[in-house]
Amino acid sequence: MKNQNTNYNQEYKYGFTTDIENIKAPKGLSEKTIKFISEIKKEPKWMLDWRLKAFNRLKVSKEPDWQKPKFPKIDYQALYYYSAPKSMKDKPKSLDEVDPKLIETYNKLGIPLNEQKKLSGVAVDAVFDSVSVATTFKDELTKKGIIFCPISEAIQKHPDLVKKYLGSVIPISDHYFATLNSAVFTDGSFVYIPPNTRCPMELSTYFRINASETGQFERTLIIADKGSYVSYLEGCTAPMRDENQLHAANVELIALDDAEIKYSTVQNWYPGDKNGVGGIYNFVTKRGACRGKNSKISWTQVETGSAITWKYPSCILQGDNSIGEFYSIAITNNHQKADTGTKMIHLGKNTKSKIISKGISAGKADNTYRGLVDIGRNASNSRNYTQCDSLLMGNKCGAHTVPYIKNKNSSSTVEHEATTSKINEDQLFYCNQRGLNQEEAVSLIVNGFCKEVLQQLPMEFAVEAQKLVGISLEGSVG
Amino acid sequence: MLEIKNLNASINDKKILKGLNISIKPGELHAIMGPNGSGKSTLANVLSGKEGYKISGELKYQGESLDEISIDERAQKGIFLAFQYPTEIPGVNTSNFLRTSLNKVRKAQGKKELDALSFLKIMKEKSNELGMDEKMLSRQLNVGFSGGEKKKNEILQMKILDPNLVILDETDSGLDIDALKIVADGVNSSRNKEKSFLVITHYQRLLNFIKPDFVHVLADGKIVKSGTKELAMELEKTGYKGIN
Ligand SMILES: Nc1ncnc2c1ncn2[C@@H]1O[C@H](COP(=O)(O)OP(=O)(O)OP(=O)(O)O)[C@@H](O)[C@H]1O
Ligand SMILES: [Mg+2]
Repeated sequence: MKNQNTNYNQEYKYGFTTDIENIKAPKGLSEKTIKFISEIKKEPKWMLDWRLKAFNRLKVSKEPDWQKPKFPKIDYQALYYYSAPKSMKDKPKSLDEVDPKLIETYNKLGIPLNEQKKLSGVAVDAVFDSVSVATTFKDELTKKGIIFCPISEAIQKHPDLVKKYLGSVIPISDHYFATLNSAVFTDGSFVYIPPNTRCPMELSTYFRINASETGQFERTLIIADKGSYVSYLEGCTAPMRDENQLHAANVELIALDDAEIKYSTVQNWYPGDKNGVGGIYNFVTKRGACRGKNSKISWTQVETGSAITWKYPSCILQGDNSIGEFYSIAITNNHQKADTGTKMIHLGKNTKSKIISKGISAGKADNTYRGLVDIGRNASNSRNYTQCDSLLMGNKCGAHTVPYIKNKNSSSTVEHEATTSKINEDQLFYCNQRGLNQEEAVSLIVNGFCKEVLQQLPMEFAVEAQKLVGISLEGSVG
Repeated sequence: MLEIKNLNASINDKKILKGLNISIKPGELHAIMGPNGSGKSTLANVLSGKEGYKISGELKYQGESLDEISIDERAQKGIFLAFQYPTEIPGVNTSNFLRTSLNKVRKAQGKKELDALSFLKIMKEKSNELGMDEKMLSRQLNVGFSGGEKKKNEILQMKILDPNLVILDETDSGLDIDALKIVADGVNSSRNKEKSFLVITHYQRLLNFIKPDFVHVLADGKIVKSGTKELAMELEKTGYKGIN
């Protein structure tokens, strides 16, 4: 009845396009395209062979179709699988040689790359379409024996590590999109933390999609050697476009004895417009192996963007006493859809896993938590705790919880709690009465609802993520 | 300060307020008493702008019609409601909430927003006055607070936000005698020539501590009797049946 004094009505802030000349692979998916990618990245033959093996596998593989969000058939021949700024052809040796337009793009995204302005305490690898543009703090990290570089560089400089671990967590044949990625992946980050080393800063990769009709096939590989620790964060954005663009990533984590990897995602791909036109298809395979004893992998994700989010960051708990965690916030508004969750595969003894999932659905959106807890026969004294909370705004959206539980060891326990609630009118009234407008009230209440997950994020990013939670739900109530 | 003329309010086709009149001048404290279900909380809700009611009649605050003014704008203009049942908001830190709230109000009133440090100073001072444990303020808003703690937290917010029109909806209910005195002190120390209070209560006891200028009896959606403090004493003896 009354006009709420809304004081922000921001559109998607990162929807701009950088006008830049690109080099592209021939259109469509073919051996020619794969050879083009391999060649332009100056890859050794073993890498090309690996890609071609995946491509052959892809020919007999089918897209999965069990997910809740359905989408029109993707025409894989209508996509470009590689697009990179022309200026990146001969890899710039230093930041001074990087096209200022690219630097400017990252400035606009709030990720300054130059020496003077770069984020303190956070090393950044900036990936633009199919190439890494720059990586900061490389020298400092090298001094400690830490490798943090684009994966295309690691393939050339650290082939032994790449050969040993690439595809060791997500096999080439895993499923359609993982296989596709293995055939055509372009860039992403490579991290190696040597034994008994605590990475002294946050490592992060910022993925930017810019070119149209182009898929982005990120590949990231993180290895934490014995007794090491690393905290890694990825962020991502894309221009506003009417087409749906595919981002199909494979991320593999390996934690050896007593090592810990903390992996955080703030996903803010373009979600499409209010009517559901455009937006990214975010079909991602993320999997971590706790290969050593007492190792730990913790996934935290804040998924606010994309037209469709379809991913299950998972942990394979091989080592005895290893720990897997999954903290998730998935927000869907307007016509966005998400089908996300995790798999916790307990193989070792005394393994523990914890799943905290917060799904928020508004507008006409649909949000599914899907998760598997699988306790193997030998995983004695293992434990899982799962808590899935869904929050609904309005009555046109949906929330679903699909937990699969397999416990094959009688000494192990699995605990599952789930709640679904509507945003509470009394809470909104209370906040309004204290001077907060509707948007601010929603943001505050939802941030409270998500607190357990938000507090897992590295401090440097928590504030941004909180703001993002509010912005993503704009216009969802009232 | 507040002018209510022939106010009618209904919700879900149920008529709750039926031609209610009250006028409150700056500096005055009015008490409203009345049987359960007579419409006291509804009046408080309507004054603060809660949506969902069908309303007719005249509502004027500081000479201005409240008709088109939203809940948050009313709050920013200095209308404060201490809730009968303060809501729990999980995951929201109490002192952060208070600061957000204060800064919203200050900003709307053209004052400088307070940084965390200067806010903390004010909060400490006010919460000490109310004998509140500071640790409580780092807890989640109202979550797990006892009934009395929730009420004190409402009074704390009143003191911090420094509103012009304060509506207390049964703030005294559920308070032990010490807490009642502290809350009453909190109200009394806030009273001045500019501020007005509308105090909803079931108990004459409160009015021993907070001296009202006027006492009204609200029954079946309208004011059926008005008087001074003596009316409350009379009610204590006769109950609402003795009225009319
Ligand atoms: N949303 C609603 N739908 C229908 N009836 C309602 C609604 N809200 C309040 N009422 C009714 O309106 C009447 C007045 O309620 P209100 O809460 O204002 O009473 P009150 O005077 O504050 O009572 P108490 O002293 O018990 O706090 C009650 O009969 C109540 O059941
Ligand atoms: Mg009441």
